[in-house]
Amino acid sequence: MAIEVRDVNKSFGTTPVLHDVSLDVAAGSLTALLGPSGGGKSTLLRVIAGLERPDTGTVRISGVDATRLSPQRRNVGFVFQHYAAFKHLTVFRNVAFGLEIRKRPKAEIRKRVMELLELVHLEKLADRYPSQLSGGQRQRMALARALAVEPQVLLLDEPFGALDAQVRKELRTWLRRLHDEVHVTTVFVTHDQEEAIEVADTIVVLAGGEVVQAGSPGEVYDNPANPFVMRFLGPVTEIGGSLVRPHDIEISPGPVEGGSPAVVSRVVRLGFEVRVEVKVGGHDAWVQVTREQADRLGLGPGDTIHLRPVPGARSLALAL
Amino acid sequence: MTREVTAITVRPARRLAGGTAAGLGVAVIYLSLIVLIPLAAVVWRSADQGPGYFWRSVTTPDAWAALTLTIGASALVALINLVMGTAIAWVLVRDRFPGRRVLDTIIDLPFALPTIVAGLVLLALYGPQSPLGINLAYSRAGVVLALMFVTLPFVVRTVQPVLLELDTEMEQAAASLGAGPFQTFRRVILPNLVPAMLSGTALAFTRAISEFGSTVLISGNLPFKTQVAAVNIFSQIEGDNTTGAAAISTVLLVVALVALVSLDVLQRWGRRRG
Amino acid sequence: MAKHALRLVAVAYVLFLLVLPVILIIWRTFGDGLAPFVEALTSPSALHAFKVTLTVAGWAVVANTVFGVVTAILLVRHQFPGKQLLGAFIDLPMAVSPVVVGLALILVYGRFAPFGGLLESWGIQVIFSTPGMVLATVFVALPLVVRAIVPVLEELGDEQEQAAHTLGASRLQTFVRITLPGIRWALGYGIVLCLARSLGEYGAVAVVSGRLVDQTQTLTLFVEERFQNFDQPAAFAAATALALIAVVTLLLTKLLRPKDRIDGN
Ligand SMILES: Nc1ncnc2c1ncn2[C@@H]1O[C@H](COP(=O)(O)OP(=O)(O)O)[C@@H](O)[C@H]1O
Ligand SMILES: [Mg+2]
Repeated sequence: MAIEVRDVNKSFGTTPVLHDVSLDVAAGSLTALLGPSGGGKSTLLRVIAGLERPDTGTVRISGVDATRLSPQRRNVGFVFQHYAAFKHLTVFRNVAFGLEIRKRPKAEIRKRVMELLELVHLEKLADRYPSQLSGGQRQRMALARALAVEPQVLLLDEPFGALDAQVRKELRTWLRRLHDEVHVTTVFVTHDQEEAIEVADTIVVLAGGEVVQAGSPGEVYDNPANPFVMRFLGPVTEIGGSLVRPHDIEISPGPVEGGSPAVVSRVVRLGFEVRVEVKVGGHDAWVQVTREQADRLGLGPGDTIHLRPVPGARSLALAL
Repeated sequence: MTREVTAITVRPARRLAGGTAAGLGVAVIYLSLIVLIPLAAVVWRSADQGPGYFWRSVTTPDAWAALTLTIGASALVALINLVMGTAIAWVLVRDRFPGRRVLDTIIDLPFALPTIVAGLVLLALYGPQSPLGINLAYSRAGVVLALMFVTLPFVVRTVQPVLLELDTEMEQAAASLGAGPFQTFRRVILPNLVPAMLSGTALAFTRAISEFGSTVLISGNLPFKTQVAAVNIFSQIEGDNTTGAAAISTVLLVVALVALVSLDVLQRWGRRRG
Repeated sequence: MAKHALRLVAVAYVLFLLVLPVILIIWRTFGDGLAPFVEALTSPSALHAFKVTLTVAGWAVVANTVFGVVTAILLVRHQFPGKQLLGAFIDLPMAVSPVVVGLALILVYGRFAPFGGLLESWGIQVIFSTPGMVLATVFVALPLVVRAIVPVLEELGDEQEQAAHTLGASRLQTFVRITLPGIRWALGYGIVLCLARSLGEYGAVAVVSGRLVDQTQTLTLFVEERFQNFDQPAAFAAATALALIAVVTLLLTKLLRPKDRIDGN
């Protein structure tokens, strides 16, 4: 294991933020720490980096107990949401910083920095100052800076959080590809489930300071540990006292075994998919179907239909 | 930022006509009558009797001694401020202890206290009747002390806001890249503070060379020993030698302007990397 | 450890340079109770010095406030050639020694200067009398009101003013109802600073007043003159009065400072 976190507790003053958190991150993996804002994701990441001390518990990095090590001795790359660029240094000097601290020979520094700048596509901007870069460029610079010291693990705290939607999407794909090239064990924090599913090979859901579930994106999406995780990872709707994904529901015009009767209240066409809003058992629910299915059924407001989960659909009973 | 926004939203053509012209007229006349014409008169008078006379006025033994003392003591005081002002700003921003807010308020006292009172209070603690047994009256150390008093806030108040705004994540990034506390300070914090430190120092220096009131009582105004330039000018005015006074005044004005222009250049240099 | 050492050095520096000297003089003044203090400050000369100080500072504050508001609005809201130059000239007094200020005014408004001579022939004496002292005080305190208002005006923006115009408000109405309320704290801050500087001015006034006891003597001149004449109690009493004014100023500016207010003071 590249990172082993055991029974970590952390409070700020009297506010408990992390509660008995344990976590294993496999070497070479790309892990997402996913959860709602305020759930303790940043705190956990900062505990791993040594920027916060845990009250109890241990952190091992590459098998070595790092709990009492200062951040400067952990050899961990950390990328901050707001870049933390060294404003007074050029892009080149920013990336070279860790190597200069380690007193590497000038020629070696130059070679390594230029390699990294090429990797993050900033080789033409080496002499600029951070204030002359866009947000996305600054973030790539911060990434190159963290990678320069060949860290054992790379930690990114909402790396794309401060960027606009378009750039975010691009950088996501790019991070995935970068990881395929560099293979450094990477943990990144996000509150965006789509980002986690798209980029990571392992997702750890953290909420209320506790690890709620960990697994591959498929596992977490298809077998959520509880209604909270199911809601957080994708769209859900409630039928017959169970949470179901809206695309896992079958619509029949007539009664079927195990089906619930429902009345269509609205049909919304969103391009390829169609959202059928219904009243079932006195409350609102919705079903996602393809345009073809919708056309075949010829649905309109006021129609009575019957709903049941498709075979093999995952649903969670809600405690009532 | 805001300036640029204003420049875009204002429509100059319409406004320059009425209000602007009237307001500008009033402001320019006011400024000219009180500041610009009188200052020009000083420079004019200093050159009145030719460059030779100017040079002789500036290099009379007492004037020259006063000028060198003033510039030397001011440079020393500026240096002390550079170090102590930065240290105080650091403590105000990064340290937490009871009384910190009181300290923060007190720093501005030299701006509010009349200079003659500053001189008097220093003389009370560091004069012949000093309860500490330290007597700096009529000595150059006394002059330096007075200048330290009146210039204390400059570096503190220029460094403090920069330190407050300094991104602490930058320091954490440095630590995670392997930098120790001292390396982080030298390579990350200090370079970001230097422009503010230098501009505060330049302000303290210009204030120090022009200082008058606080040095009057503690220095005893001994020519060749403790008399600063402003006091020398004062005694020349009293002796009706306005041309000589104007010559020394012009030197002080030029030194102050050089310091302020270098400060401006420094600030532009700092902003380029903002 | 290093943290504590630094804290100790900073606190000790401020303590020995600023706090102890001021406390000592206050303590010496009130050492024998309140009576000598009151007595020293109610002597005819002291009362006259108070009166002169208030007159001079009053006029200077009024003049600089009007000028400050007009100039700040010009600098922030209006476009005209030479704007940067005007901004630079406003700050010029900061770099000028008070004694040079006095000399400069004498050279223009003195009896033997062309302009001063002209005024003299109209029966207006500037130097060695109140107008000269007002001019000197205006000079040294000139940037304070402008510099207090400019940042706040910039931050305020001109949208509200434009909205008022579209709603039919005249320029004057807009100024009184929109701009003035927007800058009132900053204006208060600037006026307090300006008043403190005016009450405490020494060097420039010393030159242009001629230091005539019971005529052109302000409170600061009174302090110096009494001290030189070995009347320590009176000098200390007046100095203490001025120091107390300074402390009040300090607390007032702390209260009014625009930045602290925005921080949710
Ligand atoms: N330095 C701190 N001091 C006090 N409280 C903190 C500090 N850092 C985080 N917290 C609190 O800890 C909780 C978790 O914060 P964080 O780890 O930043 O969550 P996330 O990154 O998941 O949004 C929040 O309630 C936050 O207010
Ligand atoms: Mg966070």
